[in-house]
Amino acid sequence: MSATAYALPSIVVFVTAAVLIVVGAIGVLAVRNPVHAALSLILTLFGVAVAFIAQSADFLAAVQVIVYAGAIVVLFLFVIMFLGVGRSRHDHVEPLVGQRPLAALGVAVTVGGIIALLARSHWVTGATSVSGSPLVKGTGNVHQLGTAVFTTYLYAFEATAALLVIAVVGAVVLARRERVTEEAE
Amino acid sequence: MIAGADPLFAHGVTGVVILIVLIKVVVGFAAWMGAVTMMIWFERKAISDMQSRVGPQRWGPFGLLQTLADGIKLFFKEDLVPAEADRLVFKLAPYLSLVPALVTFAIVPIGGTLHVAGHAVQLQVANPPMGILVMLAMSGISVYGVMLAGWASGSKYPLISSVRASAQMISYEAALGITVVTVILVSHSLTTHGIVLAQGQGVWHWNVIRLGVVPFVIFWMAITAELNRPPFDVVEAESELVGGFNTEYSSIRFALFYMAEFMNTITMSAIIVTLFFGGPAGWVPPVAHLRWVFPILWFLLKTGIFAFCYVWFRAALPRLRYDQVMDLGWKRLIPLSLGWMLIVAGFLVAPGWGFVMAAAVLLASVVLAIAFERGASRATGPESVLAPVGRRPLPEERLRALTDREEG
Repeated sequence: MSATAYALPSIVVFVTAAVLIVVGAIGVLAVRNPVHAALSLILTLFGVAVAFIAQSADFLAAVQVIVYAGAIVVLFLFVIMFLGVGRSRHDHVEPLVGQRPLAALGVAVTVGGIIALLARSHWVTGATSVSGSPLVKGTGNVHQLGTAVFTTYLYAFEATAALLVIAVVGAVVLARRERVTEEAE
Repeated sequence: MIAGADPLFAHGVTGVVILIVLIKVVVGFAAWMGAVTMMIWFERKAISDMQSRVGPQRWGPFGLLQTLADGIKLFFKEDLVPAEADRLVFKLAPYLSLVPALVTFAIVPIGGTLHVAGHAVQLQVANPPMGILVMLAMSGISVYGVMLAGWASGSKYPLISSVRASAQMISYEAALGITVVTVILVSHSLTTHGIVLAQGQGVWHWNVIRLGVVPFVIFWMAITAELNRPPFDVVEAESELVGGFNTEYSSIRFALFYMAEFMNTITMSAIIVTLFFGGPAGWVPPVAHLRWVFPILWFLLKTGIFAFCYVWFRAALPRLRYDQVMDLGWKRLIPLSLGWMLIVAGFLVAPGWGFVMAAAVLLASVVLAIAFERGASRATGPESVLAPVGRRPLPEERLRALTDREEG
């Protein structure tokens, strides 16, 4: 896909993906029922996957659906169902005082930062922007991604892996802690 | 742009190409709906044979039209939505079950390549560049059908069923993904077409033999658990959960779930054949103009064998207990598939590395076995008579232990 002339199919694909993403994202915020919010999140994730495919990032699109839609949101729903949230509780007590203004500030800073970085480009990958295919002809998505992950970004990759393992071990330790003392008393 | 690996789009998308794609979709869909009705008939007939019953016999020869009659009956039954149900999700769930089953079959190659009007037409509905990952993505999505159906019913037993389904399917997805990686490693291709081509040179090149039988066995078990087919159908354990996630469903929505289950059974048989048994590969007799028919026949034969095996499982094997299902997934299949993948990867680099990896995996498995042993004895206590089975104490047993300690 060239950056200058957009063909009609790619415009249709982009608009479809954008509508999916935006509708899903608004749904996550606007819907009261947490299960419906999780479903809206899946809609957004699918939209992002479609956008990935339009950018020739097929592998990323597949992984997006497998990992996020197929595993992470399922775990969200699992927790929501287990706790039975959204059926009876309607208390509006804020657990953290003043979180709303702080959240707004955080969003503003993050969005502003991302827009500034995109405008300046050469951010992480060195590519100017998402337009213009960085794919080398003849090699697949997976090949290039694998080469990048295991050579250029090896340390970042291994650090992420270590972080995830620490998170898993921590979660298991917290979950398996014996609650004998507090129940017996 | 989205064309990817399919040679059909190599010369641009013209009217003829679009027509070919449409024909592929329509023919594939029609043939497949026929296959599903046949599968339902086949399962009922084979099981009744194994149980010394007659089975369906009234409609059509050998009861072949029984499924059609059932479908018509279900269509005209009253469509009930429980008062406590979440109406939107309740109505959405059957389709979330059905669509992944349909989409997955699109990537299965059922034959070789045809040449029609100067276009190379692969006999599969779609050949996306991410190939077999579509299968993993769709099996991830199919969780939602079961899960949301159970939750949206607003009833307790379906809810238990949906919680079970989500935990079970996520657990087995890991083992499933790792075995698929093993296949991709030796095939050098993500596309189903490439995977089938890599196995095309004869029986000895089929992945079931080339990878050692272990990945195939792991994949088969994991995919059966993903499908919620017996012996892993704790989601639909009628002795514990009334009917499982579809207890509150009636009429055509129940039929959709029912169809999705059989569609998935056929699709996954086909996926097993594609990944491990060479897909449409097989002996082709030298007959002019009909050479393209024989790969399809081979494919149908192999898929039929696995479809029969699923029916056989259902008739022969008792259902696993829920904690056994989880133990098998996490403690056996995931470590085994991971270890086997490392060994295969080592042998692909060099035989020396293969043996190094095998030694490392052996060592790791010993450590893991010791860890399981210690964990099991901590959970049940060393003096417990139940310790060797490796069973977790029930909640009431835990409570009893606590009260005993208070008194003593």
